[in-house]
Amino acid sequence: MSDLSAPTVPVSPAPEPSKDAKDDSGRWGQTLRDITGGSAMISILAVVSALVVGAVLIAFTNGRVQETAGYFFSRPLDMAQAVWDAVAGAYSALFQGSIYNFRAKNFLTAIRPLTETLTFATPLIAAGLGVGLAFRVGMFNIGGRGQMLIAAGAAGYVAFAVELPAGIHLIAAILAGLLGGAIWGGVVGLLKARTGAHEVIVTIMLNFVALYLIQFLLRTPGALQAPGSNNPKTPAMLSTAIFPDLFGPRYNLHAGFLTVIAATIFVWWLLSRSNLGFQFRAVGQNPRAARVAGINVKNVYMYAMAISGALVGLAGINQVLGTVTTGFGSGIDAGIGFDAITVALLGRSKPWGIFAAGILFGAFKAGGFAMQAAEGVPIDIVVVVQALIVLFIAAPPLVRAMFHLPTPGTTKTPRTRTNNSSKINEVAAK
Amino acid sequence: MSTITQSTAPAPVSVRKPTAQIRSWKIPITFGGFAVLSLFLFIVLGRGQRGDLSTFRLSQGRDLIQLPAVALPTFITGVVVAIVLVVMTVISAWLVYRHTKIPIVLSILFALFFLVGFLAWAASGSTIPVPGLLIGTVTLSAPLIFGALGGVLSERAGVVNVAIEAQLLAGAFSSAIVASATGNPYLGLLAAMVAGGLVSMVLAAFALKYLVDQVIVGVVLNVLVIGLTSFLYSQVLAPSKNLNSPDVFPRIDIPLLSEIPIIGPVLFRQTIIVYVMYFAIAFVFFLLFRTKWGLRVRAVGEHPQAADTVGINVNRTRFMAVTLGGLISGFGGAYFTLGAVGAFNKEMTNGMGFIALAAVIFGQWHPIKATLAALLFGFATNLQNVLGIIGSPVPSEFMLMLPYVVTIFAVAGFVGRSRAPAADGKPYIK
Repeated sequence: MSDLSAPTVPVSPAPEPSKDAKDDSGRWGQTLRDITGGSAMISILAVVSALVVGAVLIAFTNGRVQETAGYFFSRPLDMAQAVWDAVAGAYSALFQGSIYNFRAKNFLTAIRPLTETLTFATPLIAAGLGVGLAFRVGMFNIGGRGQMLIAAGAAGYVAFAVELPAGIHLIAAILAGLLGGAIWGGVVGLLKARTGAHEVIVTIMLNFVALYLIQFLLRTPGALQAPGSNNPKTPAMLSTAIFPDLFGPRYNLHAGFLTVIAATIFVWWLLSRSNLGFQFRAVGQNPRAARVAGINVKNVYMYAMAISGALVGLAGINQVLGTVTTGFGSGIDAGIGFDAITVALLGRSKPWGIFAAGILFGAFKAGGFAMQAAEGVPIDIVVVVQALIVLFIAAPPLVRAMFHLPTPGTTKTPRTRTNNSSKINEVAAK
Repeated sequence: MSTITQSTAPAPVSVRKPTAQIRSWKIPITFGGFAVLSLFLFIVLGRGQRGDLSTFRLSQGRDLIQLPAVALPTFITGVVVAIVLVVMTVISAWLVYRHTKIPIVLSILFALFFLVGFLAWAASGSTIPVPGLLIGTVTLSAPLIFGALGGVLSERAGVVNVAIEAQLLAGAFSSAIVASATGNPYLGLLAAMVAGGLVSMVLAAFALKYLVDQVIVGVVLNVLVIGLTSFLYSQVLAPSKNLNSPDVFPRIDIPLLSEIPIIGPVLFRQTIIVYVMYFAIAFVFFLLFRTKWGLRVRAVGEHPQAADTVGINVNRTRFMAVTLGGLISGFGGAYFTLGAVGAFNKEMTNGMGFIALAAVIFGQWHPIKATLAALLFGFATNLQNVLGIIGSPVPSEFMLMLPYVVTIFAVAGFVGRSRAPAADGKPYIK
């Protein structure tokens, strides 16, 4: 009975039009249609549209723009100039803060923002992989915060309290963190499998449980609290357990980025090459059919949540062993657990898609801080732009309608293709 | 289980039902866990063994009818409660062994006994203000209940509503601005409803017209509204003083009713938001289960094809239900600014929307049950506040954790597989 009543959440990414269009003949018009209507074009247009909306927001809330709007009819060019200054200033700061600072004196300094982007992207990718993996099994892991905190606590404890030789120490700390995340995620899978408890409730609840547990440990001497301190903060990590810098001390980018690349390869291998991954996908597509085919659905839920938790935990590990090595408090998750959901959605729950989405969001984050510092535009605008990108990408018909693009694979009746393929999905999902 | 019993339904009454039910030990195991916990807390760690008293104050100073405070000897109460809980566990185990259904009254009694024992234990040597505890419960539950009611309406129509957080936050933001700008808090309430409605209309448009996965839209809307309100807060509200200082609604005493002992102060000395909440609960219940429109809403949520066949416009009904849900949730958002704090702050809903979502699922998609679930969360939060004031024997973090742990237990043990409306989350394509 379990799976009949297992409710809601499975996320099957919107059907990709490009695949449908592949079997069509290679006529030039059709090719052009595919390019302009394909998912890459949609993605680019989605990013552009989101940036335009962001520009409108920046312009409208800019003091100088509001001032010049007061005498718009006498001197309209003033306002146009003010709008241009506000938007161009903000976006150029965003670019310089995230990719390449062309005002820097030499190349090595100019490229620094790019490494910042990768540093910010590291935990986003790891957590995004975890959330995306759960999506592929038809589960919604909103428990990123809890899994990150527990993993950070476990990895951090090993990193500052246990003395081991260099190398082994780092590996031990990583393993401890992965285990912590896996347990915190695995409990959810266990409860879902054994009692049918809905994973959305359990993950939300476990977020709070983890938060208070870590807060308690952080103010308990002998647990996570730094000795001789009254602050709810851990001591600094021992140098043997810290991710080494990848390009020397002048860049923040650390070897944690390599673990994330490894994790991406692992998830790709798991999902598309391994037996277990096949079971994962089967359960995600249709748990009832999977059960009939002899797959132990309950175990799949458990394994999937444990692996998902470990991957999200990797984000926490990267935070404490790579980014914030001087000791951490209960805010170490930095909202990454929730950002990861958008990363996974943007990456359509596919490993390399999530990798790219994580880097894009990392760039927004790195650039957002630079923009806030240089232009006084609050970093929250970045959150708005990110959300809009995902929203537009999730709704290809909307973007096509906005830009009057043809629907790929069709010549006469627009939109039917999308409808049909969704319908096929719908039928398949039953 | 259900299928087996259903198949016997047409059999003549005289034939004894072949009960092939699987025994579920979940409730006895849950009871057992709490019984062991109470043995440990109340007896092994028993407080007040030298004859301390735990006092329960039942009246407030300004009540017309004064009830005497009840003083219980802490240790003896604990022992009695622990024994009663053990006996109830044995009874439940025996009932399960005999294939008899455990009456819901037993579960409720069990919870009440545990609660009394726990309060007596925690309040050893001090006084618990029972009316204050309950008043705060109702107040703190208000936004959760509004959010849960909105969620129930939307999900009953077959649209997953993860965007409750966004609706609450949009309501809080716009009510603060409008109430401050116009100086009229009632207009603020209206603005909150409109804002919540707008958010849900976006949800409905993307889910129903563009067929985007509903969980994706919900998550993205949460992020979008958090970003938008935070951005506008930094850019517009924070610089100007008179856009973010709405009047807070006063508590209104209802004559006569507010003088009923205990119940009076709890239910009838509240703000107008809470009084509207009573109306909203009854309204949603009546609407869903006693009107033609409600029947249609449930029909499109359970079996849209059947509903379509009898001439119901599926998408229009869904759109209306989702929008109405958004109006209700948005109204609840006004609680944060007009009912409690008196100013808008960044991300001030602080995950309440997700707890409301948990209440929807915990309450099995039923308005009354969801309300009770929301009240449970509110009670737990306020219990921690109250115990924090009188000095709790447990570290405060564990008190804070308690509601979430209890919820996990409850979801795993008592509620088990809660069944979503059959077509929840599935778009309907003709």
